[in-house]
Amino acid sequence: MARFEVRVDVQHLPGISDPAGATVERALPALGYENVSQVTIGKVIRLVVEGEEADAVRAEVDEMCRRLLANPVIEAYTIDVGSVQPA
Amino acid sequence: MTVRVGVVQFPGTNCERDVVWAVEHLGAAADLLWHGDADLGGADAVVLPGGFAHGDYLRTGAIARFSPVMAAVADFAAGGGPVLGICNGFQVLTEAGLLPGALQKNAGLKFLCCDSELRVDSTDSVLTNRAIAGQILRVPINHFEGNYVCDAATLDRLRAEDRIVLRYVDNPNGSLDDIAGICNEGRNVVGLMPHPERACESLLGSEDGAVLLRAFLAAAVAVPSA
Repeated sequence: MARFEVRVDVQHLPGISDPAGATVERALPALGYENVSQVTIGKVIRLVVEGEEADAVRAEVDEMCRRLLANPVIEAYTIDVGSVQPA
Repeated sequence: MTVRVGVVQFPGTNCERDVVWAVEHLGAAADLLWHGDADLGGADAVVLPGGFAHGDYLRTGAIARFSPVMAAVADFAAGGGPVLGICNGFQVLTEAGLLPGALQKNAGLKFLCCDSELRVDSTDSVLTNRAIAGQILRVPINHFEGNYVCDAATLDRLRAEDRIVLRYVDNPNGSLDDIAGICNEGRNVVGLMPHPERACESLLGSEDGAVLLRAFLAAAVAVPSA
């Protein structure tokens, strides 16, 4: 068994309103940043998962995302299975 | 026999006593049900009240849907029992898949606590079948995440099946199609963001919520005890 560091990035699905992102996008020009668009605010979830190998861990985290970590009605997610923690 | 309404209390629920008061005020009996209960204690109808179930962590309602009582609520709903989700309860019902769509942060990013005017757009549900189509009801809202969203196919279906039971007259939160409340296919599960339990006494500014809750209590009579 190894301990994999996993990062899940949850963002709004395209077309789903993101009022927090839109508010930040409106605020940035007030500070002089006129060159910003498509601001979205999502979530990053970090977890450590024990497993035999990365693919199995990814599949298990994908199931966690579908069942709890993300709401597929409004959110999309990406999973990054990273380095293995030393034992 | 007096109708008994089960009012589910999750850790963080804060409107359960308002619902109990309203139910008793309207002549029925109410029992608090703990979220860890495996059954509904013989309730004739179930209300998921407002609040911040499980702190609303991750997403509103996301953790609450896994509370043990929710399996019993789902079985009860599948059997045709009347189920009402108010505010946070509506959010729990969408996360649990008992109602379609989801509730997002208000478009204006403000917590809204004010009266709202609702138009009854379908009288074919356990909550609205004693109202008149087109009737305007004054019922307060009290939420940060009441902005209803769903995909285009779901919205088409809700419209075609006449399942948008209540719409805001003046949309306060950016809800798709001004949606304030919807029902399921069986029309026995209803979710709405406004709080009818806080509009059952003229002293509190409106009795319009009683139009809705009386219908809900009447629907409970028609169903055998769970």
